[in-house]
Amino acid sequence: MKDMTQARAVPKAINWNRLQDDKDLEIWNRLTVNFWLPEKVPLSNDIQSWSQLTPDEQTLTIRVFTGLTLLDTIQNAVGAPTLMQDAITPHEEAVLSNIAFMEAVHARSYSSVFSTLCQTTEVDEAFRWSAENEHLQAKSRLILDEYDAIASPLRKKIASVFLESFLFYSGFYLPMHWSSRARLTNTADLIRLIIRDEAIHGYYIGYKFQRGMERLDEAERKELKDFAFGLLFDLYDIEARYTEQLYDGLGLTEDVKNFLHYNANKALQNLGFEALFPEETCRVNPAIMAALSPGSDENHDFFSGSGSSYVIGKAEATEDEDWDF
Amino acid sequence: MTGLVYYSSRSGNTARLMERLGLKALRLPQTEPSPEVDAPYVLVTPTFADGEGRGAVPKSVIKFLNNTRNRALLQGVIAGGNRNFGTTFALAGDVIAKKCDVPVLYRFELAGTETDIARIRAGLARFWAAQEQQTCLTQA
Repeated sequence: MKDMTQARAVPKAINWNRLQDDKDLEIWNRLTVNFWLPEKVPLSNDIQSWSQLTPDEQTLTIRVFTGLTLLDTIQNAVGAPTLMQDAITPHEEAVLSNIAFMEAVHARSYSSVFSTLCQTTEVDEAFRWSAENEHLQAKSRLILDEYDAIASPLRKKIASVFLESFLFYSGFYLPMHWSSRARLTNTADLIRLIIRDEAIHGYYIGYKFQRGMERLDEAERKELKDFAFGLLFDLYDIEARYTEQLYDGLGLTEDVKNFLHYNANKALQNLGFEALFPEETCRVNPAIMAALSPGSDENHDFFSGSGSSYVIGKAEATEDEDWDF
Repeated sequence: MTGLVYYSSRSGNTARLMERLGLKALRLPQTEPSPEVDAPYVLVTPTFADGEGRGAVPKSVIKFLNNTRNRALLQGVIAGGNRNFGTTFALAGDVIAKKCDVPVLYRFELAGTETDIARIRAGLARFWAAQEQQTCLTQA
């Protein structure tokens, strides 16, 4: 037998019945149950609606989607794989492999929208546009700098949560806007599936970030928090200019910025931090909120609405596993 | 006086909301044993639903409410969630409301905003006052 110390290190076989962190299994289950492919969405039902958009609106939509494709590509090829290197548990690594793959599905699904609705030449032009767009390139570089293998594992997670929970939203706004006007509603259904996935990704990576923070002393925690807020400011700067460039023509820039503030605050909450943008700058257009989560308007609540429509029903006997409806 | 009971997973969102709310509250443990309460209370819980809405109510909350006595004392539910989950936003509130015949009092996202905190505080004060009045009337 050769000297065993020279042997290649072999990872331990993963045992899902012995968990170090039960959040890994909880998230694995949610992600796998939520698995989807773009073929599930009848995008061709949007062909007529697409033809009713003006040429400028069509160009804007294709550009926005190439921008989103770029972020998904980065997260699929670089972001999730680099987080896998820092995984504390084998189960975390497995969850991240699911996240990596779903980012590839998201990136792929924009191309399904393109092939269903658009001309090849328009799409090629938009991909050229995204490769040359200074704001898209700048925000990608800021994120990729943190994804460098030498960077700190927790800084990588901060960058990753900002990508998942903040940077997508300048793009997601547009299909929600179209949906609120009964345009491209099937495309909006597909985008909502992506939004749902990204919400779990941001939550999970933010959760792992918080676990990492617990192991640090006060000074190190403060340094990371300062870094996080600094990076968010830098990204916001770019996002604000990107937003103006895209949405000034439609007169939607201020509306989109409110949506950015609202999502930036949620990204910070995923990391366990307090909000940054004051609430008066986060008042998202109710039509956009309704497009995001149909049927859950505020007045449904007892404390904020008239209270006349609160949910109340017949009491039922409860059993442990009987709550999953 | 009605109490508050809440559950927060280790993501800490609901716990941060409760901390800022600053009201006395009982936190449900991750694992057994589940506590038993002896006074009326409002429940605050996050939502963990998948895309089909399954598994919305955290297991610790289910265990707690499976105790008949705990269930009988539940007055209303405040549910956390994320609007990015679309129609299943804060679904735990609706599930519990339907199961236990209590109102969904409020819904918030993640750890809530300042407006959420203010509305929950004011709403609870009004709700408790109304509950007490009702109790007095029933006893009279």
